[in-house]
Amino acid sequence: MAPIEITEQNFEQEVLKSDIPVLVDFWASWCGPCRMQAPIVDEMAEEVSSVKFAKLDVDANGRLAQQYGVMNIPTLLVFRDGRVAGSAVGLQSKENLRKMLERV
Amino acid sequence: MYDAIMIGSGPAGLSAALYTSRAGLSTLVIGKDRGALEKADRIENYFGMAEPVSGCELVENTKTQAKNLGVDLVEDEIFHISWNGHFILEGKNGTYEALTVLLATGTGRKTLKIKGLKELEGRGVSYCAVCDAFFYRGRDVAVLGNEDYAIHEMSQILPVVKSVVLLTDGKELKAEVPEGVRVIRKPLLSVDGTERVEGITFEDGSSIAAEGLFVALGSAGAMELARKAGAFTEGQNIKVNEKMETNIPGLYAAGDCIGGLLQISTAVGEGAQAAMSMIPFVRRQK
Repeated sequence: MAPIEITEQNFEQEVLKSDIPVLVDFWASWCGPCRMQAPIVDEMAEEVSSVKFAKLDVDANGRLAQQYGVMNIPTLLVFRDGRVAGSAVGLQSKENLRKMLERV
Repeated sequence: MYDAIMIGSGPAGLSAALYTSRAGLSTLVIGKDRGALEKADRIENYFGMAEPVSGCELVENTKTQAKNLGVDLVEDEIFHISWNGHFILEGKNGTYEALTVLLATGTGRKTLKIKGLKELEGRGVSYCAVCDAFFYRGRDVAVLGNEDYAIHEMSQILPVVKSVVLLTDGKELKAEVPEGVRVIRKPLLSVDGTERVEGITFEDGSSIAAEGLFVALGSAGAMELARKAGAFTEGQNIKVNEKMETNIPGLYAAGDCIGGLLQISTAVGEGAQAAMSMIPFVRRQK
């Protein structure tokens, strides 16, 4: 399944109230590493069904980025039961993301 | 727009340029200095040397060889690479565009040992102004650097933040600082903060408040350029496959910046291999 787009409107429902862990990719169109991260997250979304994959455009959702202390992009946060259970800053390989998901 | 731009005029960049130019690709080599070979007085272990030559001589000879084959050469320092269909390189003296780019600027080995720097990476410590300046709107930030690269990074930050202070970490300031920017030349002791960067402490015990620290010390090396573009790195090396391809289509790396033997012979070979990958890539684009 392709990653879902997160906005301030659907954040609570799709992320905080999700029954399964959610990996949120905080990104922006001007950021080169974010654009290399995107296809990796897309691929994982197709391969891993036990986790929900989501993208959050920090340009359009600055408040959420600020709320979760995002100060560099890409930042990848894994939410579990409404809380941040894992995080990674900077471009991450598929292997790193897999390891992060195994830990949460 | 060039078909191929090599950043770095050492053995890897020039070797690649010889091949791309001979294959009919418009080729530009952008060099800043002679890099590691500047210090090599006598090279005795390279193929074809009846008598030892100096590193400078070897590079200058190859530059002449490249020029004779139609390669353009310019002196400039590249601060940033962005891409969207093709590559745009921002340098001190100008902007350059290309279908393919080879990173071959050697290795800087700039490992900074400042307490808190690594720990607070992603929580106020940034290595990419263009990526992260956005998050520091209205805040007081510091830039760590002493050359033109730091001033370039500062130009991305200045329009959005409340204030910028330049920290040279005890190094000689080699650039012109924009008006109104305070410069502190003292060596750094630590980057302070628990959850986020809150301040900087200097070796003399004094400190300043800052919510962000942008690191841009020295000149922008291949590692910095690769990371900011979105290429994978491993330790102090850029990650490439056997074709010298990075994870970004059209972006390649060769020579000391990918690790290995760090010899002229390997750099020349890697440059040739990179060219062999760049040539079909360019031809597919046309």
